[in-house]
Amino acid sequence: MKKLILGTAALALSVGMALAQDVVRLGTEGAYPPYNFINDAGEVDGLERELGDELCKRAELTCTWVTNDWDSIIPNLVSGNYDSIIAGMSITPEREEVVAFTQPYTPPSMSSYAALSDDVDLEGGVISAQTGTIQANHVVDTGATLLEYPTSDECIAAVRNGEADAVLADKDVLVPVVNEGDMVFVGEDTPLGNGIGMAFRKSDPEMKDKFDAAIQSMKDDGTMNALIIKWMGEDSPRW
Amino acid sequence: MSCVQTFQDYAFRSLGYGERLLPRSDFTLCEQFTLIGSGLVWNIYFGALALFFGFFLATAVAVARNSGAWVVRKPAEWFIFVFRGSPLFIQFFLAYQAFVLLPRNGIELNLIFTHITAETGWLTRAWAGALVVLFLNTAAYSGEIFYGALRSVPKGDIEAADAYGMAGWTRFRRIVWPTMLRLAWPAYTNEAIFLFHATTLVYFSGFPAWQQKGDALYYANYFADKTFNPFIPYPIVAFYFILVTLAIIGLFGLINRRLNRHMPSENRPRLRIRPQVIR
Amino acid sequence: MFASCADPSTLEGLNWLACYLTSGKHMAFYQSFLVVLALLAITAPAALLFGFGGAMAARSRIWPLRMVGRAYTAMVRGIPDIVFFLFVPVAMDQGFEWLRHKVKCPDWTDPVRQGSDFVVCPAAKLPLSTSPQWAHETYGFALAVLAFAVVFGAFAANVLYGAMRAVPRAQIETAEAYGMTPRQSFWRVLVPQMWIYALPGLSNLWMILIKATPLLFLLGVQDIVYWARELGGSKTSIFAYPHPDWRLYYFLGLLIFYLMLTRVSEAVLSRLTARLSHGQATLAGEAQRKAAQ
Repeated sequence: MKKLILGTAALALSVGMALAQDVVRLGTEGAYPPYNFINDAGEVDGLERELGDELCKRAELTCTWVTNDWDSIIPNLVSGNYDSIIAGMSITPEREEVVAFTQPYTPPSMSSYAALSDDVDLEGGVISAQTGTIQANHVVDTGATLLEYPTSDECIAAVRNGEADAVLADKDVLVPVVNEGDMVFVGEDTPLGNGIGMAFRKSDPEMKDKFDAAIQSMKDDGTMNALIIKWMGEDSPRW
Repeated sequence: MSCVQTFQDYAFRSLGYGERLLPRSDFTLCEQFTLIGSGLVWNIYFGALALFFGFFLATAVAVARNSGAWVVRKPAEWFIFVFRGSPLFIQFFLAYQAFVLLPRNGIELNLIFTHITAETGWLTRAWAGALVVLFLNTAAYSGEIFYGALRSVPKGDIEAADAYGMAGWTRFRRIVWPTMLRLAWPAYTNEAIFLFHATTLVYFSGFPAWQQKGDALYYANYFADKTFNPFIPYPIVAFYFILVTLAIIGLFGLINRRLNRHMPSENRPRLRIRPQVIR
Repeated sequence: MFASCADPSTLEGLNWLACYLTSGKHMAFYQSFLVVLALLAITAPAALLFGFGGAMAARSRIWPLRMVGRAYTAMVRGIPDIVFFLFVPVAMDQGFEWLRHKVKCPDWTDPVRQGSDFVVCPAAKLPLSTSPQWAHETYGFALAVLAFAVVFGAFAANVLYGAMRAVPRAQIETAEAYGMTPRQSFWRVLVPQMWIYALPGLSNLWMILIKATPLLFLLGVQDIVYWARELGGSKTSIFAYPHPDWRLYYFLGLLIFYLMLTRVSEAVLSRLTARLSHGQATLAGEAQRKAAQ
């Protein structure tokens, strides 16, 4: 009997502790600069690192960062390995069936094609895009030949070495590549997705609401726009 | 959409025939079975062709390794060491990275009489590039197996061949080679099984998928990615591979019977499948 | 690392390279080599344990147990290991959490599966969400070890099962003649003698295990492949050390690492074979005896 009571007490204690200081685990890819990347010190860095830390401060939560491969990032969220995805993930109806998104923290951003020359056939050529992204879906819809790689970096490398005629990715990701390299933007920018938001498990509405409120407050006082200017430059759409 | 309709649309999707768009929502079990099965065509393509071409190179490598001449033996030893000593995963990746570095327009071979332009573009495509890697890889593994068997060819067989006046190529083709095959066959069957398993790595490391044409694991990954549920597509792949494995065991068992048909029945080794080689 | 590395953009040539190769990210890369070696060191005995259990089950006189043992060993032969690694760890993770959930939170009424969500009570989470990061990493690593041990245990079971059958029947008969029980003859006669028959197969398995370690990154462990990809990709000036695509060089480095590892293993294993052959009723043991005379 004594044993039983002790066991229950220990249980109550551990549950109480879990509620008292909840550490929120933020999952990101770490390979999508400038949204998120691993800097040379080996830490997660980028717009979303700064944004996530600020959101946690405003929501009065303790947060830690976890990196996970892009293609298993949603399964690992729903099976509870971390509590939120903050990885440049566009809000799409398909994903909304499985996870719950906050309001977008960046406005619907443009996706662009980048290539080595501007005379590229965007509808009949070979276009590289990251597996499992809205861009990959879009390439299939245009009828172009889709060439898939697991990371955005490999998609860009494919254009450089001639495997693909052009790459389709978020414009913000391509801007630094185009500015510093031999590639140029081609064709029209295409608006895809409904902006980028944080994703939570559907069974976790309270935490989602906390972050939603924090994002709203950052939009209201202009810190969100300042972050976008800092990481994406003046040309990126703002609130 | 009925299952027959799905089958018509997607049964040859991995080869580029049928419906161009993959299913995007409301995935049925039938779609998963059909598409993953369609991808299996590539696994069989890679496995069968690599095994077929690899068989000849393996024989050459085994003979070279058994050679007394240093210049012949050393390259064979190094070839076997490099391909058996490193993970296939890394080999695929390195091969792809190296193939994309080859000049796009082909290599100008300036021979004395004529100019030949060797096309290199196709090497970056999985159907050719991955096949080359798998071919070299299986040649190294089977070469080692054949070498071991070559060393265990009974001395008496060779002496008997000498007594009949056979020498050189005739002796090799009619005495040494059949015995070597017979001795190596159980281990070679394992090699075949694991080569087929290894084909799942093609689209997983290095080689990208074109127009969403991929192997069984590629489509399984697609479904796991879209349905966020790994517990259906991967077991389907497992199911298909069990079938492939059983087919290989059956086929190689038949060949084993033929190779051993001259042996007294109690001495005939039964084909025991033991995992000896995977990558 | 060095004080002179504070501003990498001013560096050139060898200085730049020295700073680049000692950045925090590279340190993580070097550490991941230790992760791979640790995985090998832990997985090998674990797989041997699984294999021993599997082989004993396959030899069992009890029919269901024998079938379980046989099915376990046959399963891995038929299915590519990579397919296992893609869903076995997830399944094990959810299985453990579900068990803990049943034990720790019997009063929990919400269903565990809510749509595609897998929700257990906070106390059943593995590891607890309050645990520090290293606990999560260790848990992920432990899952990877377990997945490897299950797969390679099946291979080891095959090898050990064959080795147990290879021990000369006369040895067991002698043991029985001395009045040993089946249990005694198994542990005192069969097991000590089987290792020499198992060694070729187990050496092979070790080589296979080495070559399977790049699959670690599929299991979400940040291993050498993960870091080689991450470091090798082309870097824009948002990074402190911008450079073009260098993945080829990083992967060449990995290739050399693996070749060296196999070379060393081969040398160690051949010495071990010589040691184990000592005093055994095999050809090699006989040769050693003759040489000693």
